[in-house]
Amino acid sequence: MTSVRVTDLVKDYSIRTGLKRTRLRAVDHVSLELTPGRTVALVGESGSGKSTIAKILTRMETPSSGTVDVRLDDGTAVARSRYRREVQMVFQDPFASLNPFHSIEHHIARPLRIHKRTTTAEETRERVLEMLERVNLTPAANIAPRRPHELSGGQRQRVAIARALAPGAQVLIADEPVSMLDVSIRLGVLNLLGRLQREDALAVLYITHDLATARHFSDEIVVLYRGRVVERGPSDAVILDPHHEYTKLLALAAPDPERPGRVTSSDPVDRETIDNSTCYDHFTGSWQEAGVPAAARAAAP
Amino acid sequence: MTNLASPTALDTAADEPAPSGRPARAGWRSLLPTMTPWLAIGLVLIGGITLFAVIAPYFVGDPREIRDMGLTGPSAEFPLGTTQTGQDVLAQLAFATRGSLQIGIIVGLLATALSALFGIYGAYKGKVLDEAFSLLTNVFLVIPGLPLVIVISGFVPRESRGLWTIAVVLAVTSWAGAARVLRAQTLSVRSRDYVAASQVSGEKSWRVIVVEILPNLLPVIASQFVFAVIAAILGEAGLSYIGLGASNSATLGTMLFYAQNGFALSLGAWWWFVPPGLMIALFGMGLSLVNFSIDELINPKLKNLRLHRKRARRAARLERELARDTTAKEAVR
Repeated sequence: MTSVRVTDLVKDYSIRTGLKRTRLRAVDHVSLELTPGRTVALVGESGSGKSTIAKILTRMETPSSGTVDVRLDDGTAVARSRYRREVQMVFQDPFASLNPFHSIEHHIARPLRIHKRTTTAEETRERVLEMLERVNLTPAANIAPRRPHELSGGQRQRVAIARALAPGAQVLIADEPVSMLDVSIRLGVLNLLGRLQREDALAVLYITHDLATARHFSDEIVVLYRGRVVERGPSDAVILDPHHEYTKLLALAAPDPERPGRVTSSDPVDRETIDNSTCYDHFTGSWQEAGVPAAARAAAP
Repeated sequence: MTNLASPTALDTAADEPAPSGRPARAGWRSLLPTMTPWLAIGLVLIGGITLFAVIAPYFVGDPREIRDMGLTGPSAEFPLGTTQTGQDVLAQLAFATRGSLQIGIIVGLLATALSALFGIYGAYKGKVLDEAFSLLTNVFLVIPGLPLVIVISGFVPRESRGLWTIAVVLAVTSWAGAARVLRAQTLSVRSRDYVAASQVSGEKSWRVIVVEILPNLLPVIASQFVFAVIAAILGEAGLSYIGLGASNSATLGTMLFYAQNGFALSLGAWWWFVPPGLMIALFGMGLSLVNFSIDELINPKLKNLRLHRKRARRAARLERELARDTTAKEAVR
């Protein structure tokens, strides 16, 4: 079991337009905590910094400042060499995340071999079939030699989940894992993720822009807007009682069975005026300053 | 991790069609082009010429042997006649084809290796290395190839100007175009999710390049290789023709050079210059035909176009047959 504590994560990109260089702050002092068996949903629109956080957590990007602290159950920090074994990711697009050239077996066998979970070829093969059965891809012996284009979107995403779990990962970053799938398949994949989480006590970061699935699937919701956390709290509290203007807008956008007909907001909120300098924390029940270090936030009245 | 939980009801909700029992195709199979008449002609041409180059030199006599029967036309003894100094043209053709193919393959391999190094590795690593390799590629791209080859070949003294010198010179001047294409393709493949996924899995760089990226570039590389072979054979022929070729080897270019020096054209000795010229043309044609088929792999639209044409032809034929049948029936009636 592994937990992750993200503190004051900042990521700046420098943008060059002609000779001018401008700095874009994609992620601004975001703090998160992932604990075994719990799901944290990161909600926000495109460009709000969700995927940047995922990339930093999977070590595809280095943060400009801030720390990512991954610890095992006994309190020891996870070494660099072991990091990828603990933290794995499920990508958004199952049609792009599997190499069209290789068989399904290759995709799951490689992480097993890299992280020395298996030693012999036979053992690897057995374990691959086992992993496929775990994600309900049966008959596994039939699926394993196929290539990605012979599977449907839902099946591919299951393969991607199996690949992420193959190294024995305890922390799973799911970057919009169902947004590319048919609506009818989404629940199946989400339930699969939920079952695997329960079985292995995984710590899951569920990145999405869909509030409905976030509430269904997660324990805590963190709302991100333009790189800053603007609201956080238990999922029900955030969705049923949104405080920040942006969260309200998101909640309004989600279809609600209680409110038949189309939602036509009489006075559409000008998104430019939404300010992201404050954050409502449902855990403390108070407004805080956003985009500042956690220590400074705690000290503020 | 290893316990197999019994699937819950919701999980197994059949969201996908049951997999059919069809055996899976190997990844390599998809890299082979579809057999078409054009590909068959190309392969037969290449295979025939290669076979000729490999086997014929063992059966013909010494191509340098001088006889006192200059410029005789094709006969039973010399199927392709003789040169001005009475040398057997067929024997010369056999050895020259072998020399040209050697040069072509050596240059093809060298140029492909160079373009893969500068194109793929640079693009994968990105940042400074990519900029540097890209700059180098662009510099080599704007250097006019043939004049540079002429200068370098002219600069190297004749006695040390062997097969390998010419091959290296040709390879160094011809890899840049392919490297640019490979760089563009690699940039596109590198940004796909499956590359990121294998990095996240913990794959080492070289494995990501060789196992994940390279197979997806193979059709492009194969096409570049074929093109490099054509270009090298033509380039070498051009060099030899102006007398700057390898000093110790016989190629189709040197044959043409001696034919030109011996006034074969003005004396009407077609059997001297037509065979080497035709050999170059046919081999180039064979490689091009193969290349078109590889192009279909790179750009599936071309394949669809061909299939559409085929279907249209079949439909037209059926229609004609149907019309014939009905008129025949009416005639009977």
